[in-house]
Amino acid sequence: MAIPISYNLRNLRQRPASTLATALGVALVVAVLIGALALASGFQAALLETGSPDNAMVMRVGADGEISSAVTREAAAILRALPDVATGADGRPLISQDMVVLTNLDRRGQTGSSNVTVRGIDPAALALRPSVRIVEGRMFTPGTDEVIVGHRLPRRFARTEIGERLRFNQREFSVVGHFEAGGSAFESEVWGDNAVLMPVLDRDVFQSVTFRLRDPARLPQIEKQLEGDPRLGVEVKSERAFYASQSQLLSTVIRVAGILVTLVMAVGAVFGAMNTMFAAVGARTREIGVLLTLGFSPRAIMLSFVLESVLLALVGGGLGCLLALPINGITTSTTNWSSFSEVAFAFRVTPAALVAGMVFAAAMGLVGGLLPARRAAKQPLAASLRAA
Amino acid sequence: MSLFSLVLVNLGRNKLRTALTVLSVVVALFLFCSLRGVLDTLAASIRVGSEARLVTRNAISLIFPLPPAYRERLAAQPGVKTVSWGNWFGGRDPVDPGDFYAQFAVDAATYFPVYASDIDLILAARPQGPGVVPAGVDPKLAAFFEDRTGCVVGEKLFRRKKWRLGQTVTVSGTIFPGPWPFVIRAVYRAKDPAFGEEALLFHWKYLEEKGMGGSGAVGWYVLELSDPGQAGGVSRAVDALYENSAAATRTETERAFQAGFVSMYGNVPFLVGLIGFAVVFAILLVAANTMMMATRERTGEYAVLKTLGFDDRTVFLLVLAEGAVLTLGAGLAGSLLAKLVLEGSGFNAGGFLPPMTVSWTTVAAGIGIAVFMGAVSGVFPAVRASRLNIVEALRRVD
Repeated sequence: MAIPISYNLRNLRQRPASTLATALGVALVVAVLIGALALASGFQAALLETGSPDNAMVMRVGADGEISSAVTREAAAILRALPDVATGADGRPLISQDMVVLTNLDRRGQTGSSNVTVRGIDPAALALRPSVRIVEGRMFTPGTDEVIVGHRLPRRFARTEIGERLRFNQREFSVVGHFEAGGSAFESEVWGDNAVLMPVLDRDVFQSVTFRLRDPARLPQIEKQLEGDPRLGVEVKSERAFYASQSQLLSTVIRVAGILVTLVMAVGAVFGAMNTMFAAVGARTREIGVLLTLGFSPRAIMLSFVLESVLLALVGGGLGCLLALPINGITTSTTNWSSFSEVAFAFRVTPAALVAGMVFAAAMGLVGGLLPARRAAKQPLAASLRAA
Repeated sequence: MSLFSLVLVNLGRNKLRTALTVLSVVVALFLFCSLRGVLDTLAASIRVGSEARLVTRNAISLIFPLPPAYRERLAAQPGVKTVSWGNWFGGRDPVDPGDFYAQFAVDAATYFPVYASDIDLILAARPQGPGVVPAGVDPKLAAFFEDRTGCVVGEKLFRRKKWRLGQTVTVSGTIFPGPWPFVIRAVYRAKDPAFGEEALLFHWKYLEEKGMGGSGAVGWYVLELSDPGQAGGVSRAVDALYENSAAATRTETERAFQAGFVSMYGNVPFLVGLIGFAVVFAILLVAANTMMMATRERTGEYAVLKTLGFDDRTVFLLVLAEGAVLTLGAGLAGSLLAKLVLEGSGFNAGGFLPPMTVSWTTVAAGIGIAVFMGAVSGVFPAVRASRLNIVEALRRVD
């Protein structure tokens, strides 16, 4: 017969300071794990949001990002005429030929600077990216030296508030609006009219061409057709797949580093849990004797102590989740190694991360409880009852 | 029997518990020092930039080039001793595209003299011809100067890829598409490891001819100053010179330029520091818990000590010292282990960071934190032990 769980619960309450100290140790490990996972998911989500599965993205063969790509005007014209390009409500093709460059902006309120993506877009093709919405100010007027900036930039970079001016080469551009784009990496970019930006920035080729697919299921055929066209020299990807690949390197590094750090940290916390459980076993020598006398098998006693340790760790896990929850939504930023530009994104505490945290806590309790529980189960009856 | 040996004997009483606590503190300090090491490494990568050299790049960003014609005017600026230049190549290993390393096209005749004090050439191929090199260049580079497609690679990269001198390595370009074969003619070692030994340097002329159709766009200029004290004045003068030209410039010291790269990590260093403190705090709880358990079990003994005439202060110190001794040993081990393991492994995040360093300051901070941890975890039990009422304590039976 198994020992009721209420026995373990009461025992944990018996020594509150010790229980709490151990549980808090576990909680911090779990919080760090969830934090690292939330950082990786937040970054990945921001980039995944950026790409739509209904859009195809065309770049030069071999380019591993927009910055190193080039699509000529002739190639863009060929793409525009494709029957697979969907048309908008106004009958125009939903295709944007983008110029993408990096600009080094000074940070606001602190020294240092970082790279920000400047995207020259086709103002007629805004319908291609329906998540883009002006939240403050207005859209730039095509053909003028006006730009709009993602709403994540103004807090981090100087000269990006509405009314301020950004200088590219010999021209000053006024910021006239801030836009939102569903939490995506677009929110960390500066957008202006291609027709104005390209001559100013001395660019005569586009970096990427993105278009809405009339039938997204036909992407494989389109890929084959365009990649085989010797006039183009391009690679075609779904926009979603492209941004997913852009997020892969950094999010993998964050995840691996986060898990490594928590694993090492967990080793320390498991030793702490073992200490607590050994002390619990030591202090209850006589109780264990009584349990054995009552007819509980050593196996049941072992199970009970392991359970107690897991319970203790789960309390810690729960506390850890609570500790980690407030970071959800906090914005942070770093340079994406794949695009060399800074991306702002929000920590995203996903249910999966919370579950991972709890499972990890339970595992810590299990590992920490096994040896003490074995010692408890192996106690000879007579000796344990004699213990003073 | 001195009080210190009493502390040691007490620690040896429950060997299992002491061992577990020591191990958890070792792990914590190892982790703390490793995380601080990441920050040390970033700091070291700034330090490697010289204050006696300026970097001039396009004001918009590094991806925009500067005209080749700037070089004469830059060289003519008062205070500028030598001008060199380079471009970022941005190629990938065609066999293993995930294994990233940097390639730079540099104007070899000026670049190597400017950086002569930062690198040593440890291996060099024998020249085929007469072996003449431009003035000021290490004669070991003769074979490199003979070969248009020659390259000089860092020792770490050379060893990691198991390359040989004279071997042809092919890089596939992303900015300058196509396969680019380079022949390894020399290997360099950096005098300061933070300088980096993971780069491949090749002739800028080769890039210009094969990749840019002779247009001669320059990624950045390096200006060696005759007097480092003039850095501020010279950089302002250079930027003023080109303020209203087609390509405006941004000039800063090499150190500030390097600091710009570190600044790109955004909030990451802050987060790393935060995790370091979470680790310390978590283990502080573990250690405090252990000390509480240890003293609780020995309540009777402290009462006996007091009966024998030990005063409250001594009992207080006795308990406090027990915690501090425990964590001092563990802290020493954990911090030194971090220095040995991380610096020994040469981990460098795939070339994005210079090789890891854990500074002695960090090691010292780790040991300090360990002692502090021991003292703090001992305070509560120590106060309790010192305030112990002898009669009360001796009456307890458990």
